[in-house]
Amino acid sequence: MNLMPFAPELLLLLGSLLLFFFTLRGDDKGARAIAIVLGLASVLLALATVHERGNLFYKAYQIDLFSQLFKVLIAIATTCVLLFGRELKDISPRMQPEYYLFLILSSLGLMMLVSSVELITLFVALELSSFSLYLMVPMRDDRRGLRTQMEAGIKYIMFAVMATGIMLFGMSYLFGLTGSTYLADIAPRLGHLLKEPAAVIGIAMVLAGFLFKLAVFPFHFWVPDVYQGAANETTSFIASVPKLGAVALLIRITMLAAPHNQAIVGMLVIFAVCSMFYGNLSALAQKDLKRMLGFSGIAHAGFVLLGLLTFQQQGYATSIFYIAGYVLMNMACFLVLCKVSKTGENVEIADLAGLYKRSPLMAFTLAVGMMAMAGIPPFVGFMGKFMLMAGALQAKHLTLVILAALNTAIAIYYYLSVLKVAYCDTPASDEALEVDFTTALVSLALIAGIITLGVIPSQLLDLANRAVASLL
Amino acid sequence: MDFLVMHQGLPLLSALIFLPLAGAVIGMFLPSESSARVWALLVTIANALLSIPLYTGFDLSTAKFQFGEHHPWIPIWHINYTLGVDGISLLLILLTTLIMPFCVLASWRYIARRVKAFMVCLLVMECAMIGVFAALDFVLFYVLWEAMLIPMYLIIGIWGGPRKVYASIKFFIYTLAGSVMLLVSIIALYLNSAPHTFSIPALMGGNYSTTFQILVFLAFFLAFAIKVPMFPFHTWLPAAHVEAPTAGSVILASILLKMGTYGFLRFCLPITPVATLTLMPYVLWLSVAAILYGGFTALAQKDMKKLIAYSSVGHMGFVTLGIFVLNSRGVEGAILQMINHGVTTGALFLCVGMIYERTHSRELATATGIGKQMPIFVTFLAFFSLSSLAFPGTNSFVGEFLVLAGSFSRNLLITACAIPGAILAAAYMLRMLQKVIWGGVDNPKQSLIDLNGREIVTLAPFLLFVFWIGLGPTPFLAVMHASVNHLLSQVSLAAHSTAIGMLP
Repeated sequence: MNLMPFAPELLLLLGSLLLFFFTLRGDDKGARAIAIVLGLASVLLALATVHERGNLFYKAYQIDLFSQLFKVLIAIATTCVLLFGRELKDISPRMQPEYYLFLILSSLGLMMLVSSVELITLFVALELSSFSLYLMVPMRDDRRGLRTQMEAGIKYIMFAVMATGIMLFGMSYLFGLTGSTYLADIAPRLGHLLKEPAAVIGIAMVLAGFLFKLAVFPFHFWVPDVYQGAANETTSFIASVPKLGAVALLIRITMLAAPHNQAIVGMLVIFAVCSMFYGNLSALAQKDLKRMLGFSGIAHAGFVLLGLLTFQQQGYATSIFYIAGYVLMNMACFLVLCKVSKTGENVEIADLAGLYKRSPLMAFTLAVGMMAMAGIPPFVGFMGKFMLMAGALQAKHLTLVILAALNTAIAIYYYLSVLKVAYCDTPASDEALEVDFTTALVSLALIAGIITLGVIPSQLLDLANRAVASLL
Repeated sequence: MDFLVMHQGLPLLSALIFLPLAGAVIGMFLPSESSARVWALLVTIANALLSIPLYTGFDLSTAKFQFGEHHPWIPIWHINYTLGVDGISLLLILLTTLIMPFCVLASWRYIARRVKAFMVCLLVMECAMIGVFAALDFVLFYVLWEAMLIPMYLIIGIWGGPRKVYASIKFFIYTLAGSVMLLVSIIALYLNSAPHTFSIPALMGGNYSTTFQILVFLAFFLAFAIKVPMFPFHTWLPAAHVEAPTAGSVILASILLKMGTYGFLRFCLPITPVATLTLMPYVLWLSVAAILYGGFTALAQKDMKKLIAYSSVGHMGFVTLGIFVLNSRGVEGAILQMINHGVTTGALFLCVGMIYERTHSRELATATGIGKQMPIFVTFLAFFSLSSLAFPGTNSFVGEFLVLAGSFSRNLLITACAIPGAILAAAYMLRMLQKVIWGGVDNPKQSLIDLNGREIVTLAPFLLFVFWIGLGPTPFLAVMHASVNHLLSQVSLAAHSTAIGMLP
C-alpha cells in the first residue's frame, strides 16, 4: 500500500504518539516545540500531497483534490494558532503537554474527516476531532474561581452530543433507504428517492451535525458561552479550524440532495437568513470581543450557506473560497486578541482602547481583519461575499441576496466600533505592546494573505472549482 | 471592445493609479516623519505631471473611451481590469491629480502627529479616487469606490476635530449602507446582460424592462445621492466636513462629492435611460430643494466650515439639476460646475484651514476683522467667495449660467425656483466676507501673521483656475462635447423607443 497520500495524517498520528510521551514527562517546552514542528511539517506535507490521488481502507477513505485542498487549509490554520498562541497564557504549564496532544489530535481528526467518504469512518473522524475539543475547553486555569470554563465545557459537550445524536439518527435513515454507508453508493440510490420525506429528513439530520460545527442558526447556542469560557488560544482554534471541516462535509452531504431539492434548499435559505440576522444583531450588543467574534461567526456561517444552497459547482467553490478567507480574517482578529490579553484573560472591546498607539502593527492587523469581515474591498471578505451573492442571485434567490446585502450594512457598525476604539480612543496606559518576531511575521503573512486573496482570487477559486469538480 | 481606444505604449492610467499606491507602500518604510511630507509631495507632483499627457493626447472628436487598457482579472465571473477616460471623466481625473499636491501642502504644519500614516492615507486615497473615475468595469469600480472609505475614515477618525468619532462613523456607515444595494444591482445587471458582462460601456443601452430599470435606478440613486449628497441624504456631510482636517475636507469637497454626480452621468443616464426619464421630475425637485435648503442653512451657520459645507449642498444641487435636465447645455454646465466646485470649495476649505491654524477656531465670531492683519489672505478669500457665489468673470458663473440656461429650456417653474438659490449664495458668502474683513476691530486676537510663501503657493493656482475657467472656458468645454452628445443620444434613443413624454 502506498502510504504517501496518507502522509500528513500519518505524521500527525505519529506526532501525537510522541506528544503522549511528553505528557508523561510533563515537559511543556518540549511538547510545544514538537507541536510547532508538527504543524509546520504537516503544512509542507499537505502541500506536497496536494496532487496525490487514491483511496484507502476499502474505499472508505478517499484522497482527491478536494480533501487535499482542505488538508492544506487545516494544516495552515492549525500552525497559525500554534505559532501565535505559543504562550498559552491561561493554561497552566502542567496541562500544556496534554493541551498540545489534544490540539494535534483534533487537527488529525479534521484531516481524516475531509477524506472520509463512508458514514462510519466519517463519524469516527468527527468524534476524534470533537472529543479532543471537549477536553481542551475546560483546560483553562480557574484563576478567577468562576469555573466558567467548566460551564463552557459542559455546554459544548451537551450540545455537541445532541447534534451528533441527530446526525447518527439521520445516517441510519440513509443506510435504511439505500443499504449502504458509502457516500458513492448512497448518492445514485438516493436519486429517485429524493421525493420521499424519509430521504429529506435523513439528509437534513446528517447536515445538522455539521451545521452545528459551522455554528449555523438553530445549532449556534453553544457559540457565545464556549467562546467566552475557553482560553483565547482554544477559541482561536475552535472558531476557525473545525469550520473548514464542517464546510467540506456540508458540501459532500448537500451533494446527495443535488441536483435540486426544494425542501433542503428552503431549509438552508431559512437557516442562512436567520443566521445572518441573529448573528449580526446580537453582535451589535456585545462588549466582550470573543462573544462578538462568536456572533459574527454565526453571521458568516450564514453567508457560507449562500454558496451551498445554489447546488452548483461554482457555488460550492465560492463557499470553499469564502471559508478559507474567513479563517484568515478570523485568525488575524484572534491573533490580536491573544496578544492584547496580558495574562490570558478575556478581552473587552474597551480594552483595545488606543491600540494604535501601543502597537501600530497589531492595530493594523485588527483593522485588516475587521474590515475584511465587514466585506470592504480590497480584502478577501469582499470578494467572497460578492461572489456568494452573485452565485445566489444567479440561482434566483433575489430576496435572500437583498437580505444578505442588508446584513453587510448592519455588520459594518460593530466592526467599525471596534476599530474606533482601537484607533480613536485614548489608552488606559501608554505602555507599548511587545510583539515578538514570530507573531509579527504571522500577522504580516495573514495581512498579505487577506489582501492577496482579495485582489487576485482567481488561483484559489480555480483550485476550489477543480476540487469540487473532482467530486461531481 | 469597440467602445475602447486602446492605448499604446506606457499604460498611462494604470501608472496614475499605481504610482500613489507604490508611493504609499514606500512611504510606510520611510525613516522620519518629516521625510514623509516631502515624499508625499514628490509623489503627488509626479502624478500631477504624469496626468498632463491625458489632456494633451485626448482626442476631441470621439466619444469613445481613450487611453484604454484591458486585462482579464477574474475570468470565471467575466471580470476584467478595464480602464479608459472620456470627456466626462477626463477633467475629474485631472482635478484629482492636480489638487492632491495642495492637500499635502495644506497638511504640512496642520498635521503634527503621525505624519507618515496621514500621508500614506492621502496617497491611498489618490489611488482609489483616480481608479474610480477611470474604471470601466463595474466590479473594479465598486472595489475602488468602497476601498476609499477606509483611508477617509482614518483621516477623519484619527486626525479630526473633537467630534471625530461621531463624524467618521456616520460618514462610513452612511456611504456603505448606500452602496450595498448598488452591489446587488450590479450583480442583477450582470445576470440580465447577454452575454454576461460587468463591462460598464457594454451594459449601456441594454434592453432592460422598465420595472427592472426603475429598481436599478433607485439602487444607484441611493448610493450616488448619498455621496453627492442630495437633499434628504446630506446629514453626514456637515459633520464630516467640520471634523475632518483641512486636507480631508478638501478631498471630500473637491473629489468625493463629485463621485456621486459622476455616478449619475456614467451609470444612471446611459444604463437606465427609461427610468431616468420617468423619475427625472422628482430628481429635479430634489435638486431645487437642495439648492434652497443648502442656501438657507448656510445663511444661519456660525462655523465657517459648516457654512461652506452647507453651501456645497446647494452647489451640488445645481450640478444634479444640470444633469437631470438632460440637454447638452445643462449637462455640460453640470460637469463644468463639478470642476468649479472642486476648485472653489477646495480653496475655501484651504482658507478656513489657514485661519484655523492661526486662531484654532473656525467660528465666524473669532475670525472677525482679520482683514487688517492678513491682507493677502483676505484678498484670496474674497476672490474665492465671489467665485462661490457665481460672480460674473469667475468660474462658477459660467457653470451656473449653463445649468440655468439648460434648465430654462426644460422647465420654467423649476428654474424659477432654483434662481433664488443663487441669490442666497450671494447672501451667505457676503455675510461671511463682511464679518471676516470688516467685522470690527474688537477681536482680541489681533496678532495674526499673514500667509507665508507655502500658503500663497497653495492658493495661487486655485485663483488661476477660477479666472481661467471664468474668462476662457472653451478648452474645458471642448473636451466634453463629444461625450455629452453621445450620452444624451443614448438617453433620447431610449425615450423614442418607449415614447415617454418629457416633463409635464
